[in-house]
Amino acid sequence: MNHLALSDEILMEIEKPARYIGNEVNMVKKDLNDVDIRFCMCFPDVYEIGMSHLGIQILYDMFNRMDGVYCERVYSPWPDLDKIMREKHIPLFALETQDPIKNFDFLGITLQYEMCYTNVLQILDLSGIPIWSKDRTLDDPIVIGGGPCSYNPEPIADFFDAFYMGEGETRYEELFEVYRKMRADGSSREEILHAFSKVPGIYVPSMYEPSYNEDGTLASFNPIYEDVPRTITKEIVLDFDKAPYPEKPLVPYIKVTQDRVTLEIMRGCIRGCRFCQAGMIYRPTRQKNVETLKKYAYEMLHSSGHEEITLSSLSSSDYECLKDLTYFLIDDIGNDDVNISLPSLRIDSFALDVMKKVQDIKKSSLTFAPEAGTQRLRDVINKGLTEEVILRGSMEAFKGGWNKVKFYFMLGLPTETMEDAEGIPQLCEKVAEAYYTIPKEERNGKIKITASSSYFVPKPFTPFQWAPMLDPETYIERAHHVKDTFREQLNAKSMKYQYHDTYVSVLEGVLARGDRKLCQVLYDVYQAGGIFDAWTEFFDNDRWLQAFEKNGIVKEFYTTRERSVDELLPWDFIDIGVTKRFLIREWERARQEIVTPNCREKCSGCGAAKFGGGVCFEGKN
Amino acid sequence: MKVRIKYTKSELLKFIGHLDVMRYFQKAVKRAGFDIAYSQGFSPHQLMSFAAPLALGVTSEGEYFDAEFHSVVSSDEFVRRFNEQMAAGMEVKAARLLPDDAKNSMSIVAASDYLITIRDEVPVDVKERFLAYVPHLLELDTIEVLKKTKKNEKIEDIKPGIYKVSVESYVSARELAGDPVGETASTANQYVDNIYANDKIYVLLATGSEYNLKPELIVQAICKEIGYEYNRFDYRIHRLETYMRNEKEQLVSLLETGTVIE
Repeated sequence: MNHLALSDEILMEIEKPARYIGNEVNMVKKDLNDVDIRFCMCFPDVYEIGMSHLGIQILYDMFNRMDGVYCERVYSPWPDLDKIMREKHIPLFALETQDPIKNFDFLGITLQYEMCYTNVLQILDLSGIPIWSKDRTLDDPIVIGGGPCSYNPEPIADFFDAFYMGEGETRYEELFEVYRKMRADGSSREEILHAFSKVPGIYVPSMYEPSYNEDGTLASFNPIYEDVPRTITKEIVLDFDKAPYPEKPLVPYIKVTQDRVTLEIMRGCIRGCRFCQAGMIYRPTRQKNVETLKKYAYEMLHSSGHEEITLSSLSSSDYECLKDLTYFLIDDIGNDDVNISLPSLRIDSFALDVMKKVQDIKKSSLTFAPEAGTQRLRDVINKGLTEEVILRGSMEAFKGGWNKVKFYFMLGLPTETMEDAEGIPQLCEKVAEAYYTIPKEERNGKIKITASSSYFVPKPFTPFQWAPMLDPETYIERAHHVKDTFREQLNAKSMKYQYHDTYVSVLEGVLARGDRKLCQVLYDVYQAGGIFDAWTEFFDNDRWLQAFEKNGIVKEFYTTRERSVDELLPWDFIDIGVTKRFLIREWERARQEIVTPNCREKCSGCGAAKFGGGVCFEGKN
Repeated sequence: MKVRIKYTKSELLKFIGHLDVMRYFQKAVKRAGFDIAYSQGFSPHQLMSFAAPLALGVTSEGEYFDAEFHSVVSSDEFVRRFNEQMAAGMEVKAARLLPDDAKNSMSIVAASDYLITIRDEVPVDVKERFLAYVPHLLELDTIEVLKKTKKNEKIEDIKPGIYKVSVESYVSARELAGDPVGETASTANQYVDNIYANDKIYVLLATGSEYNLKPELIVQAICKEIGYEYNRFDYRIHRLETYMRNEKEQLVSLLETGTVIE
């Protein structure tokens, strides 16, 4: 690269121009003469968020190890630049070569949260790629989606040419081979997509046709050709330890959200919390060898120059070699120049010992995520954490000098009552009272408790995928009641409570379990100026309400309606390994308040064992 | 042991702000595996001090920082190992061991000089008028410009801060900066087109904590005098060198204090 896509005038006028100039340390450069597939990887949010995402770093590294493939990056231009690009007709460009994305073979978009969907349309539009898949030609890149939200791709199905279901490490080479061959033999775009639909894990929305019942529910969802598979099984990496890992991570110039080395220690979670989508879609749980991780730690710190390292997984405490790895990091890696930043661990004596070593007790806080205020409701959601465990862990920490506690809860969980909601302040109060049983001279001043609750959104491929979402009026009422109940507590002055925004969560609820009818809504919201909907300052609920109305969409159909287990769900054509039968059983057990043991305690036969690896086969080899 | 590092910042990286450049070098030091010293306390940081912040959008071949090391390597090795870790657009030029009692670079900066290039978008006649006016600027009794800060704006006489101003080529300007490029100015092209053309404005300005004058204020002053509307993007600004005062109160490059490590 020897030029920038944006002029000095523009770069000086906008916020943080370094978002758009690329050229970061460890950026991959390739000679375009040696490249026959140009892939642009996109995280549809601002640079600082997108650059912090591990998945993109993994795929960026993996693609660029392939001969003939050059993977570049693009992030959403912030609204200041968005406006200028529209006015001046500047096409969206990739950071590496600063070339227009329209010239690429593939545009891969990772879908991490529903509220980024309008940004997907922004990316397409600014690139000059037709927003609707059906309007694209061979001159346009193949637009392919991936990431957790593609487990229900239907609300955005018409904007994508394909979705990659599951973990990106496995099928891209095969996909690229098909593409190379078919571009060479002059196949049409339709023929290429048809061929893609036969590659395992690849979903091509245009090869399927939904039909609806009169009540709006899905009547059928069928392939339009006989040779297109009816179900798509997600892809997973079985030899997780050998999977490619970015040993030379990109090092941004500006401060990004995750400005540190990240070690992915484990994929999947053994816990089976019933509200958690990640806990289901990444099954079975697979771990990285601790020696591999130690090697990565050294190499990545050295190649990046980062001064901080952290661990990534859904539940680090369940990583079997956590002690070994943590003490290695603290004793062999951590010193003056490397900070160890640990994710929330289950609070026990090991966690406290580690926290004492790596954090300033005065500044750090304990974190608990009971998610629900009463044991009854925690049983419903299968969250193993009990009051006794919280109190025991807190007391141990208080005696060690801690005095700050953070709690994460959800409101609107299935079967939740006012009593469950009141349990939130009551649990906090119990912790506060426990603190004051410690003699004054042994404790560290006043206790500070911060509690927050989010508005529960039922997600596909969880036992709660059939559950009604709480209506917003009741949610607000319940949240106010929790706030009032906090005020009535003895230690009210030591406790702070916050609850999440209502209307963004409602929209998340619509999109999470939505169908193809929502594509037009998204299009209309975008045309009305909606971008960066994940950002409070840009989110405009009215824009969405108008688009629903215009398209005759009743959002309650998607949110507060209880689905029958017999209903054909828009994402039923995807096979994540975990069976529908298991999810139904879990939905029933939830309502019976029966806890299901975690994968290591006892196999519950969820179905993920069919992949032939991970925790399902631990100790059986 | 304190070492002074000289580096350049070219077009590709001129939009990286000062704080980010500091973070960039902290990471580069680690990648290069130098034995840098850290401050005490709960969150130790590298002992590093940068000379004179460079405004966003300005390129430079005379940037400096000082860093404290537990052990040092030769100057050549410092340069080589740093440059193995540099992104395109940043290059380390020199490393000098400072005497133990050396003051840090930030506190001693007294001046820096710049080369200002008028872009081709500016009409030729304006460019000619501009260049013709340059030798007369210091004939004014006072040079008043509107100086804007975050809080307010005020008229200020900037004449005391202008030590030199003239029309030069890149080559002659380098001579003025005390570091001639001669015929082998291979790196010069990355900053300045046509390095022999006498159509650039050279300024030597007060810089540092006591009195700091931004080069665009000189451009503004000339625009005012020739009656042409000032637009920041009509000019490319390039810093040539950063200076301190020696015992004889002469301006010398920040490199003069240190010694080459063999």
